[in-house]
Amino acid sequence: MFEYAPAPESRSVVDLKPSYGLFIGGDFVEPGDGGSFKSINPASEEVLAEVAEAGPGDVDRAVRAARRAYDEVWGPMSGRDRAKYLFRIARIVQERARELAVLESLDNGKPIRESRDVDIPLVAAHFFYYAGWADKLGHAGFGPDPRPLGVAGQVIPWNFPLLMLAWKIAPALATGNTVVLKPAETTPLTALLFAEICQQADLPPGVVNIVTGAGATGQALVEHDGVAKVAFTGSTDVGRQIARSVAGTRKKLTLELGGKAANIVFDDAPVDQAVEGIVNGIFFNQGHVCCAGSRLLVQESVYDEVLVALKRRMAQLRLGDPLDKNTDIGAINSAAQLDRIRTLTEIGSAEGAERWSPPCELPDRGFWFAPTIFTGVSQTHRIARDEIFGPVLSVLTFRTPAEAVEKANNTPYGLSAGIWTDKGSRILWMADRLRAGVVWANTFNKFDPTSPFGGFKESGYGREGGRQGLEAYLDV
Amino acid sequence: MSDGGGMVDGGGRPERVGVRKTYKLFIGGKFPRSESGRSYPVQNSNVALASRKDVRDAVLAARAAVKGWSGTTAYNRGQILYRVAEMLEGRRDQFVGLGVPAAEVDEAIDRWVWYAGWSDKITQVYGNANPVAGPYFNLSAPEPTGVVGVLAPAEPALLGLVSVVAPAIVTGNTVVVLVADTSPLPAITLSEVLATSDLPGGVVNLLTGRPTETGSWLAGHMDVNALDLTGVTDPEFGTELERAAAGNLKRVLRPPTGPVDWAADPGTGRMTAFLETKTVWHPKGI
Repeated sequence: MFEYAPAPESRSVVDLKPSYGLFIGGDFVEPGDGGSFKSINPASEEVLAEVAEAGPGDVDRAVRAARRAYDEVWGPMSGRDRAKYLFRIARIVQERARELAVLESLDNGKPIRESRDVDIPLVAAHFFYYAGWADKLGHAGFGPDPRPLGVAGQVIPWNFPLLMLAWKIAPALATGNTVVLKPAETTPLTALLFAEICQQADLPPGVVNIVTGAGATGQALVEHDGVAKVAFTGSTDVGRQIARSVAGTRKKLTLELGGKAANIVFDDAPVDQAVEGIVNGIFFNQGHVCCAGSRLLVQESVYDEVLVALKRRMAQLRLGDPLDKNTDIGAINSAAQLDRIRTLTEIGSAEGAERWSPPCELPDRGFWFAPTIFTGVSQTHRIARDEIFGPVLSVLTFRTPAEAVEKANNTPYGLSAGIWTDKGSRILWMADRLRAGVVWANTFNKFDPTSPFGGFKESGYGREGGRQGLEAYLDV
Repeated sequence: MSDGGGMVDGGGRPERVGVRKTYKLFIGGKFPRSESGRSYPVQNSNVALASRKDVRDAVLAARAAVKGWSGTTAYNRGQILYRVAEMLEGRRDQFVGLGVPAAEVDEAIDRWVWYAGWSDKITQVYGNANPVAGPYFNLSAPEPTGVVGVLAPAEPALLGLVSVVAPAIVTGNTVVVLVADTSPLPAITLSEVLATSDLPGGVVNLLTGRPTETGSWLAGHMDVNALDLTGVTDPEFGTELERAAAGNLKRVLRPPTGPVDWAADPGTGRMTAFLETKTVWHPKGI
């Protein structure tokens, strides 16, 4: 393999402020009863900015601002006019795409190739898609005049910071709700840049409010009486706590939680394409993907062939500077996440699975983990059951389609699955039997604003995206 | 309904002694007594008082029936629901004899017919192809969520029960129903209708007894996928069950906020509450 010259994207397009306040009622304000924390670049551990941490009083202020905007402006506004604001936002996101992509890679550690080519284009696409729904809600299949719910409290994770914001805010605003959104504590910066975009679009004050902070801020938001709708994306454990805390209230709840997807390769699959799909399925975004294909199920007869090709392909992955346009694998998002990945992989070795990583030099500073596969994995191993949320793949085998279905479904999760085979009838047979909200056949990790996404079983409830995604924000 | 007492009628013949019915549970298509051996009196009869073990047995039966029932064609499921309406029509007088108003029996029969017709339409109405921006084809379609635990409303005893059971099963779910303790006889009689309607055993399981006692076992059961709290009238009890349901993130249909007009058009909400959307992708190309 020849060496690539470094091809770093310039940081100069991003104008970082030393500190950021909370975005409440259309303005950046200092926290009243909160503190502050720092957001760092996980690739270098450099401090990027100081960010306000919202206390319960700040959350209350934000919910009140959202309620006022709902009652006085956004609720009464026609769908036609709401649509125009969302279209404006979509356009500004496109105009500022490079700035957003660079900032996302700086704050999150994901390769610029992904933030530039996947995250940000999808963000704009989501606003475009839902903008068009704002004045057509009576045609969405929920009755002639579906009503919004009020203030939506939204808590999002750190793996796709701006994309998750778009998944939450676009349908909420299109349906006439106003929002208070809490980004993850390790990746708040693009949400704050989005707040500036709202200002630039002249979005009425209070329609979008951003409260930065950690778990306590999220809890205060979810439990606030003024919130009519709670939307959460994150871990299954936190999802369970939220489901308990909204029990007995009339708050509508949607949860998008963890996964442990099976990526199933049959002996008639084109091996090179399947290997590309396997790599994309688990190493995309450092494996920080709830629908990542973290359990590879290979039909026994092609196991050796697939493993050889997979290792050869993995040896070509480039790990390093997220801002380098040649980088395939960026930094792990935080020290805490790196710890979790290390702990689980050590358990994998201790339980007897065989570990392999390509030769790979890790940078001295920042949080890094080499792409890793485990072979000889059995269903009882923790690396086959627990969501690792890192670039770690567990490989299992199967003999018959029925066994593949059995093993794929043998998890409390049910978010996604992959099937690789040349046989169309087998794809449809498998797709019927896999208990997962998204099934990718001969592809993996594809997203589109028109397509509903969400899980069965303990992967949560409700769908985001598509016509079905409107339901979460309507009184139906 | 004379079950006599050995008296002599006007013609000098001894009056016939009637055969009294023992009321049991309905689990897996069979009519077992409660394993606990307990019962409670209703209208001079004894009705089985379901236990925690009965709840577990019913969930087991419901789980076992999911694969077959959800795999049945929509056409076939519709036929079976319509068959329930046919059988219920034939037993109309029996329900009236139990004190169910005739109009309510008629409405309950018609409700089976309404839901029977939905079996092969709900996928068309709630599923769709998505115009993806790329060389892919994908399709979103609703699928049953699995086993649904139901706390049935007490009133109207028959129509209320039918209105919560039919929408859950027409889409391919199976149910474990805790029948309200005040009026169990129409429910038990309905189970006789279901048992003779080609409905596979385990698709509907009806447990009489005290939902306040068994509800928490059902709500906390890790093999139940969804919970319908329509019959819950005590908000605190509802909250307790909803909390228990969070253990495995069951889909919860909360208790109604006000009186329900059971005779009104039911809409589709009770069906969609227990459906998942599955989206299947495939590349397009040559």
